[in-house]
Amino acid sequence: MELAIFYIILAALFALFMAWGIGANDVANAMAPSVGSKAITIKQAIIIAAIFEFAGAVLAGGGVTSTIRRGIVDASLLSGQPELLIFGMLSALLAAGVWLLIASRFGWPVSTTHTIIGAVVGFAAIGIGFSAVQWPQVGRIAMSWIVSPVIAGVIAWVLFMSVQWLILHRDNPLKYARRYVPMYMFLAGFFMTWVTVDKGLAHVGLDFTTLQANLLALLIGGVVTAIGTLFVLRIPYQEPEKRDFHFVTVERIFGVLMVITACCMAFAHGSNDVANAVGPAAAVVSVALSGDVTQDAIVPIWILILGGIGIVVGLATYGHRVIATVGQNITALTPSRGFAAGLAAAATIVMASGTGLPISTTHTVVGAILGVGLARGIAAINLRVVGSIFMSWIITVPAGAGLSVVFFLLMRTLLG
Amino acid sequence: MNTSGYISRIFGTSPVRPLQKHMDKAAKCAHKLPKLIRASYQDDWQKAVSVREKIVLLEHAADNLKRDLRLNLPKSLLMPVSRSDVLEMLSRQDRIANRTKDISGLIIGRRIVIPEPIQKAYLEFLDSNLDAVTQARRSVHELDKLYESGFRGAEADLVMQMTDELGRLEDQSDELQIKLRANLFALERDLHAVDVIFLYKIIDRTGDLGDIAQRVGSRLLMMIAR
Repeated sequence: MELAIFYIILAALFALFMAWGIGANDVANAMAPSVGSKAITIKQAIIIAAIFEFAGAVLAGGGVTSTIRRGIVDASLLSGQPELLIFGMLSALLAAGVWLLIASRFGWPVSTTHTIIGAVVGFAAIGIGFSAVQWPQVGRIAMSWIVSPVIAGVIAWVLFMSVQWLILHRDNPLKYARRYVPMYMFLAGFFMTWVTVDKGLAHVGLDFTTLQANLLALLIGGVVTAIGTLFVLRIPYQEPEKRDFHFVTVERIFGVLMVITACCMAFAHGSNDVANAVGPAAAVVSVALSGDVTQDAIVPIWILILGGIGIVVGLATYGHRVIATVGQNITALTPSRGFAAGLAAAATIVMASGTGLPISTTHTVVGAILGVGLARGIAAINLRVVGSIFMSWIITVPAGAGLSVVFFLLMRTLLG
Repeated sequence: MNTSGYISRIFGTSPVRPLQKHMDKAAKCAHKLPKLIRASYQDDWQKAVSVREKIVLLEHAADNLKRDLRLNLPKSLLMPVSRSDVLEMLSRQDRIANRTKDISGLIIGRRIVIPEPIQKAYLEFLDSNLDAVTQARRSVHELDKLYESGFRGAEADLVMQMTDELGRLEDQSDELQIKLRANLFALERDLHAVDVIFLYKIIDRTGDLGDIAQRVGSRLLMMIAR
């Protein structure tokens, strides 16, 4: 393929731009439960986000990236014309980037995931042919968009009910917070590691047996718990008689847990959303290099790293301001609530990443917050705004699809 | 570009602080009454009128807080307590300020002075009702801890105890009211008939303060019970 280098550079640039957009806008929504609870400073949130978004993208971003690069378009139809796949994936990236710019400009709550899936499905269905789309897989993805907020909501509900039952309803909540909060730390560390390792780290040169994976998860869970407990013990104990400060101190203990939750959330977000940027680019690179549309090779790690870098740069140039605004605007979340919502969303997202399902972080977080609300944990949730966030994908998918068809037809005429 | 993040927009305004602020204003308003009554006992109407003005200002302030809270409570809000409980509690709290304004208006408008023989008993009765108002205010100030603990367990038990105490205070002022009316009955024939009618009215409205305070407490219980 004569223009291979040109296509690869173009794909890398587009992917970098998309990743930049995700870092600039999306990370703020992922970090909202953490910064909203004020348990961590904005500066800490940004450092945590930078490190764990990158780690999530590189270590666990491969599954969803594969789905987007070869799970949606049936490439066997294109074996004679690999350029079409390249044009399609480039237009999908361009369409998603443009649509997200427009939406951000007007403050519409659109999801990056929905845009990119809409764009890939769009160019394949209209530009190539209806049968070029692997509809069963697309159906699974659409289902996961409905199921993921529900699952996050249920987990958040269960987590927060357990917090109430184990800690908040007691005569001496502080005593029980010191006892049980480390348990939640272990749960968070263990689960996140277990899902990530179980899914495989072969692409970074680590291959574990099931036993090794379980041991590693236990080890990391243990280390997280030990460090967290040290910080919890540094918070001075108060007798329950000092009632006005009692719950404040309880929340400070949850604040330590919130730091861990923030790490999980950033990791989960990186693992799922980096694919929106690098999935199409990975397809372009693979087809351009081999001239073959089957894309049998695993996702090259440099592409995941590129996406991770884009997210971190987006965070550093612009996202930190959005995070700061979100942190100031949310006053209703205390760390005990933020933890339940954040960990539930992180668990749901990382499970989806493990399964290779691209889901919307924002929707999952909103579902988790609703779950805490239904457990009587949040003073007031505006259901109309919740509704508009969930409804937005109804226009996002066709918008992404339409734009990508336009770009695809343009590119085919100009370059093909 | 969007700088607020969508997620922060899903959080509505918590009704807790506004409810507490409103109750503070209503209670402060009611607690001005003894000063006004004492001024009337001393025939110091200039002072009484200035206390009345403060009462009217506080009642207005409470009204404004009530309006703001109502406007911030759209139907699409998901809350741990029912919206109607919040609104009902708000309007009960507001009636404490309204009743206070009524009582002060009656006294100032007709220059009513409680007859000498029952002056002390009336102040005692008023204080007892104000104790109930204070207790209701304390219970409302537990709301933030109730929200924090999720409306159950030890904190909910504590609020239930507080409302039990509120009921006891209300019973106590009911007894004082019966005695006060009996004493007034004994004095009736020596007083001007129209004045007597208004004296009974003042006693009734004063008794209402404790009554309403107790109902604020019972709404709080309904919030917990949902």
